[in-house]
Amino acid sequence: MDRQLICRSLAAAGVAAAFAVTPFAASAAWEPTKPVEFVVPAGTGGGADQMARFIQGLVAKNNLMKQPIIVVNKSGGAGAEGFLDVKSSKGDPNKIIITLSNLFTTPLATGVPFNWKDLTPVAMLALDEFVLWVNAESPYKTTTEYMTAIKGGSAGQFKMGGTGSKQEDQIITVALEKSVGNKMTYIPFKGGGAVAVQLVGKHIDSSVNNPIEAVAHWRSGALRPLCVFDSAPMPYPTKITATQSWQDIPTCKSQGLAVEYQMLRGIFMPPGVTQEQVDFYIDLFKKVRATPDWKKFTEDGAFNNTFMVGKDFVEWVTKAEGTHKTLMQEAGFIAK
Amino acid sequence: MEEIGNLMHGFAVALTWHNLVFMLVGILLGVLIGVLPGLGGANGVAILLPLTFTMHPTSAIIMLSCIYWGALFGGAITSILFNIPGEPWSVATTFDGYPMAQQGRAGEALTAAFTSSFVGALFAVLMITFLAPLVAKFALKFGPPEYFAIQLLTFCSFVGMGREPPAKTIAAMMLGFALAAVGLDTMTGTLRMTFGQTQLLQGFDFLVAVIGLFGLGEIFLTMEEGLAFKGKSAKIDPAVVLRTWAQLPRLWVTSLRSCLVGCWMGVTPGGATPASFMSYGMARRFSKDGDKFGEGQIEGVVAPETAAHAAGTSALLPMLTLGIPGSPTAAVLLGGLMIWGLQPGPLLFVEQKEFVWGLIASMYLGNIAGLLIVLTTVPWWAAILRIPFAIIAPVIVVICAIGAYTVHNNMFDVVMMLGFGVMGYLFKKLRYPLAPLILALVLGDMAETSFRQSMLLSGGSMSIFFANALVGSIVTLAILLLCWPLIGYLLDRWRASQGRPKRA
Repeated sequence: MDRQLICRSLAAAGVAAAFAVTPFAASAAWEPTKPVEFVVPAGTGGGADQMARFIQGLVAKNNLMKQPIIVVNKSGGAGAEGFLDVKSSKGDPNKIIITLSNLFTTPLATGVPFNWKDLTPVAMLALDEFVLWVNAESPYKTTTEYMTAIKGGSAGQFKMGGTGSKQEDQIITVALEKSVGNKMTYIPFKGGGAVAVQLVGKHIDSSVNNPIEAVAHWRSGALRPLCVFDSAPMPYPTKITATQSWQDIPTCKSQGLAVEYQMLRGIFMPPGVTQEQVDFYIDLFKKVRATPDWKKFTEDGAFNNTFMVGKDFVEWVTKAEGTHKTLMQEAGFIAK
Repeated sequence: MEEIGNLMHGFAVALTWHNLVFMLVGILLGVLIGVLPGLGGANGVAILLPLTFTMHPTSAIIMLSCIYWGALFGGAITSILFNIPGEPWSVATTFDGYPMAQQGRAGEALTAAFTSSFVGALFAVLMITFLAPLVAKFALKFGPPEYFAIQLLTFCSFVGMGREPPAKTIAAMMLGFALAAVGLDTMTGTLRMTFGQTQLLQGFDFLVAVIGLFGLGEIFLTMEEGLAFKGKSAKIDPAVVLRTWAQLPRLWVTSLRSCLVGCWMGVTPGGATPASFMSYGMARRFSKDGDKFGEGQIEGVVAPETAAHAAGTSALLPMLTLGIPGSPTAAVLLGGLMIWGLQPGPLLFVEQKEFVWGLIASMYLGNIAGLLIVLTTVPWWAAILRIPFAIIAPVIVVICAIGAYTVHNNMFDVVMMLGFGVMGYLFKKLRYPLAPLILALVLGDMAETSFRQSMLLSGGSMSIFFANALVGSIVTLAILLLCWPLIGYLLDRWRASQGRPKRA
């Protein structure tokens, strides 16, 4: 069964690759025949929901599509509800889903019968960054200082707050513990905004908030960024505080903390759709990304603005799934 | 004072013609959304949010926040008329509001509900206007133990006062806790009690349960009892508004206490739903007519409505100043702020003066407009009860079904709602109280999360609940409230023994 799925997805990837060489100017002939359902496998107000609703607004504002987009939240079971819904809508071209890291973590942690290979990959819209934050009043000015403190403290003395359990924030925490060689206490909260506020209120010692969740507190001088979990600094030179920009935050790797992690903001479709239909959406998201509003949106959120389709995207997702599996296996997060 | 100057400037922003039109549209839509159970304020705002991207941010937030006010007002209508809470925070309103309607006092109950909503909102807006920075700092003091203390206080202010036998109350509450535990456990990321059923992944939604237990359960009962509404004798009388107003001033203590509870819960952010329960529980405990609550006491409508609206309004404060949403609707509005290019947070009040004060001014204007709109419609709403049961009952059932579906766009929720309807009917026939079940369902999840977060923080030591003055005093207050009946009983006995010394 599993092997069959892999074969099928590889075949799909092959077709996608073949199609990628054909010129894009000859726009796809297929168009949605009814309003497009945009599934968000998370609650209202979170990062994925914001992006989906932003795209919905952009598409309407710029008349990028004849049919409207309708955003539907299906957040049950850490997003499993949304993924299962799309998985079971075989061949429905009027349905798309935006993903978070729960594309990988939810089936692994809960054992819900679902894998990304059950869906048709469309495109990577962007990658969300993670930054290590501490309270500005804490004595830790650099990553090294903080890591030394964790190493020197008792096991579980330092408290890391994050969103959800056995999801991206906790995975980063586990990787961080491994790199430092000492345990932290991980405290799950319901949303990233709440985590940032808990850090401002000094109820926790650090967080790995996405830039957009913590930027307001950084600007007001309440939080201090230590490093970004990416291979290169974020390419945004505009000053956020009086002295610092996103670009000035060093990578964790350069500070001796060898952890890299980004969260996928990608688009998938139900299984069994045609390449023509996938191409329509690829084209649509290319148009979305070309708007000045999108540029501002990604800059405000300091996103890693990588766009991928076809084979590249499938390869990226396959690799990311492997990384998640390894990290979660080591942490003992896999459902039996 | 600087605030007054800013506010006047805000009024100038809000009082332009097109902003006034957006305000009215928002209020009307909001009332409609509030009336339809299931289609909550959060859903309503989320659906309309993308439409506002082309608008000026100030106009957009004025319209969207007015939808929110409208939904807060509208939620009370179906609670009082049909025992169907349109919004989670109007559940407590049904306890006395519906009996009032059954006694033919629907107009009175509606007027009391709307007016108290307005008072609560006004109190909260005044607080936002003058105390915003101070209150925002206070909210930062709230970590997991403090949240748990607040939830404990809500429980303690509510339990132990019902007329039903304690065993039945406890049974209902435990069932509520069990239902709340179904689905994903946020603390460990594993599934609980789903038995491999994908339908159970999302757990039992509070709204679906409430629509079934209250709305459908009531329809079943009415069918059994003779296919007619008891409130049929309600007269259509516009003067009912004035007569009700004449009664309200004597309830100022309840009103003030509810305002304080509401603001506290909105800022911290406990939310409007726990606020309404806590306020109702406290009103019942401290009222002279406490034992008559549940039979149609106007105080039992005033208390939850004031608190819910005060909480709903003050929930916008942590959203604007800290970027944490105090309610689901605030969470959607927060997303909106970011999309419009505004950054919620401590600097919003400094950098976006026009936006912030325009919004605050619109809170005053929106609530006044909302009150006028809903009050003028009171006689019409009350007149719905005069429609024959045979016509209105199917309509209610359909509205309930649509409501349950809208919560998650899921057909299975409609089936669950029917199940809860039967359960609600059985509960009523067997004289089990529904309120403890609902309270446990809505608070159980939150209380469990913050308790376990606290335990993680302290490494398993209960002393964290007395670690500082704030959490310690809330917990002590909660325990005092829980033991109040016992303390009261002992006090009575002591007084009796003092007054009537035993014969030698």
